[in-house]
Amino acid sequence: MIHVVAFYLFATLVVCSGALTILSRNPVHSVLWLILAFFNAAGLMILLGAEFIAMLLVIVYVGAVAVLFLFVVMMLDIDFAELRAGFVDYLPFGLLIALVLLAEIVLGIGIWSAGPIELAQRAGPVNPELTNIQAIGALLYTRYIFLFEAAGIVLLVAMIGAIVLTHRARGGVRPQNIAKQNRRRPQDAVRNVNQPVGQGVEL
Amino acid sequence: MIGLQHYLVVSAILFVTGVLGIFINRKNVIIILMAIELILLSVNINLVAFSAFLGDLVGQVFSMFVLTVAAGEAAIGLAILVIYFRGRGTIAVDDVNRMKG
Repeated sequence: MIHVVAFYLFATLVVCSGALTILSRNPVHSVLWLILAFFNAAGLMILLGAEFIAMLLVIVYVGAVAVLFLFVVMMLDIDFAELRAGFVDYLPFGLLIALVLLAEIVLGIGIWSAGPIELAQRAGPVNPELTNIQAIGALLYTRYIFLFEAAGIVLLVAMIGAIVLTHRARGGVRPQNIAKQNRRRPQDAVRNVNQPVGQGVEL
Repeated sequence: MIGLQHYLVVSAILFVTGVLGIFINRKNVIIILMAIELILLSVNINLVAFSAFLGDLVGQVFSMFVLTVAAGEAAIGLAILVIYFRGRGTIAVDDVNRMKG
């Protein structure tokens, strides 16, 4: 019973906050609705027994992606009212496409669920003795280790790409030159002078 | 009882919401990126639901990779957005013709 109530609660909230994400006037509100959608999707995944993915969703999406969106929305000085022009013009066409797409997908689900589901073979069968995170770890670090490392490379490329894209060399600043600092030797920089008493120091 | 179909319908609605968001916010690229995140989220729900109901963990592993790609895509998209804004002073993307493509 509680499972059903929780499912409908999370499902309703995720759908509503998803709709408000795309309909909000203010993009900051959009980001906040997106965060709510991610939280509720994480709830749905907990109901499904995928705790690790749910926590990953909260950490990666809410902790990183949504904050990145919020940062960019607040950093750029944008006239959002101007960007909303044409909203009503596109609405009928968009709704038409969306309804057709939804009808097709739901029809597909209906047809697909008419027959029994049977997989001939499971690639990674669930072991009921292991917790979700143990099972995923055992799978991820053995059979899917190369895919895991490929995911790391994707993130590395994304990070370097973002830095290269947004970095700009500014003139008029004096950055630290570490190579030059390391090249400097004491004999080039320090001079010992046997200074006679009573005379000024010559530098 | 909640079955696989319920999760699939939620995921389908979320996917369609994302597509609709791309259509109706044609100018505002930030909302378009958020709509793409919604689409990827719905795909994730789909993968995890199938994984749970078919008793196969590979769906959850794959969902992690979708998550990774989504994070990278958001980072690159927002970086492109920032340099576009720097050059143009606006983010209206309905008439982007910088690359004359």
